[in-house]
Amino acid sequence: MDIKAYIESGILELYVAGQLSETENQEIYNLLQQHPKLLQEVLEIESAVVKLTAAVSPRAKGFESIKARIANETKVIELQPRPTNWISYTGWAASVLLAMGLFWSLNKKTDLEQQLQTADTENLYLETQIEDAKSNLAATKNLLNIIRDKDLISVPLGGQGNFASSFAKVYWNKADNTIYLDAEGLPNAPEGKVWQVWSLTLNPLAPTSLGTIDDFNTDDNKIFTIANANESQAFGITLEPEGGSDGPTMDQLYTLGVVASAP
Amino acid sequence: MELELLVKQFQDKNHVAFEKLYGMYSKSIHGVVYNIVKDTAIADELMQDVFIKAWNKADTYSSKKGRFFTWILNIARNAAIDKTRSKAFKQSKQNLNAEYFVDIIAGHDSLDDSTDAIGIKKFVTELGEKCKAVIELLYFKGFTQKEASEELQMPIGTIKTRNRNCIQQLRDMVL
Repeated sequence: MDIKAYIESGILELYVAGQLSETENQEIYNLLQQHPKLLQEVLEIESAVVKLTAAVSPRAKGFESIKARIANETKVIELQPRPTNWISYTGWAASVLLAMGLFWSLNKKTDLEQQLQTADTENLYLETQIEDAKSNLAATKNLLNIIRDKDLISVPLGGQGNFASSFAKVYWNKADNTIYLDAEGLPNAPEGKVWQVWSLTLNPLAPTSLGTIDDFNTDDNKIFTIANANESQAFGITLEPEGGSDGPTMDQLYTLGVVASAP
Repeated sequence: MELELLVKQFQDKNHVAFEKLYGMYSKSIHGVVYNIVKDTAIADELMQDVFIKAWNKADTYSSKKGRFFTWILNIARNAAIDKTRSKAFKQSKQNLNAEYFVDIIAGHDSLDDSTDAIGIKKFVTELGEKCKAVIELLYFKGFTQKEASEELQMPIGTIKTRNRNCIQQLRDMVL
């Protein structure tokens, strides 16, 4: 074998570069065992390439940097696959279930608390309604007692002129100088107007204001208690501008009624 | 032969042997991967990965298949090329500059004053363009002769002899 020609062919440089087939590599390996000159050649090529490639590196880290890694990886290799830890899994599963249970209970509790609060509010509302009903009942009973009083004089007020459909009723308790006006038959006072109640003497005709009914529109039963110390012979109701008038506006006289028996 | 013994010990998971081999080749492996990825941090990581891989599959190496250096060089080139094909790498390095190893060596300011360094610097400055390309492709990039001949538009035989001459020049300067 021509060693020199073999070297000159450049195959050993390719061998170091790793560019040969497995067969060629095996072949060269065998030749290297037999021919120290070939081996020397390979060593020199390799040495030159190692130096060249090393010169490209801006810096290379020391072995320390991978020592920890091989120590760790060796350990990992030695570890046996761990037997499944059922106690641990069961424990985790139980704690997850417990957490879900607690969460559910908490939700439930919040729901119930809200329901309780709603019920409380409803109770309070119902109690108020009962209270209202009771006081309504008391007021009505009171009214009934008043109307049943034997001293009470009843004066129907009839509709006048254009307002024939209007009506009202006065219950006059002379004993305590009070009249109870039932004005259910009057319409609501329009904006800016107010109902004004008059006590009248007929001979001579003289009106005395008993005042305006400012809360007419908002009152429920339309029964108004008014003080009256006059020797009234008749009662009339007129619609007046807000605040009332000194004298009745006659064309706004809705109802008028004469006391049946003068005292 | 000392190297063969070292490799044998390395295959038996001897840390001291591993450290010696690392000392012999780590800078070269770093240079090769750096030349491909052009990023010091990535090269550091890759070089470590290469040695760890070599350590873990040490039993697959056989001197009948080639030189130990060639074996680890091959792992390094594959690892670096795989890296450049990864999505993350492509996104971070849109344009890998086309620098050759020679440009990198010439660009090192901090080359020490050892004879090696001086020789190498002389080598890369005096090396012909064709030599630079051939060495780049065959040793740093792991091209086959055929691929290199296509890349450089040279007959395969010429690649082989030219490479021989280029390495000879290198040996004359650094050995």
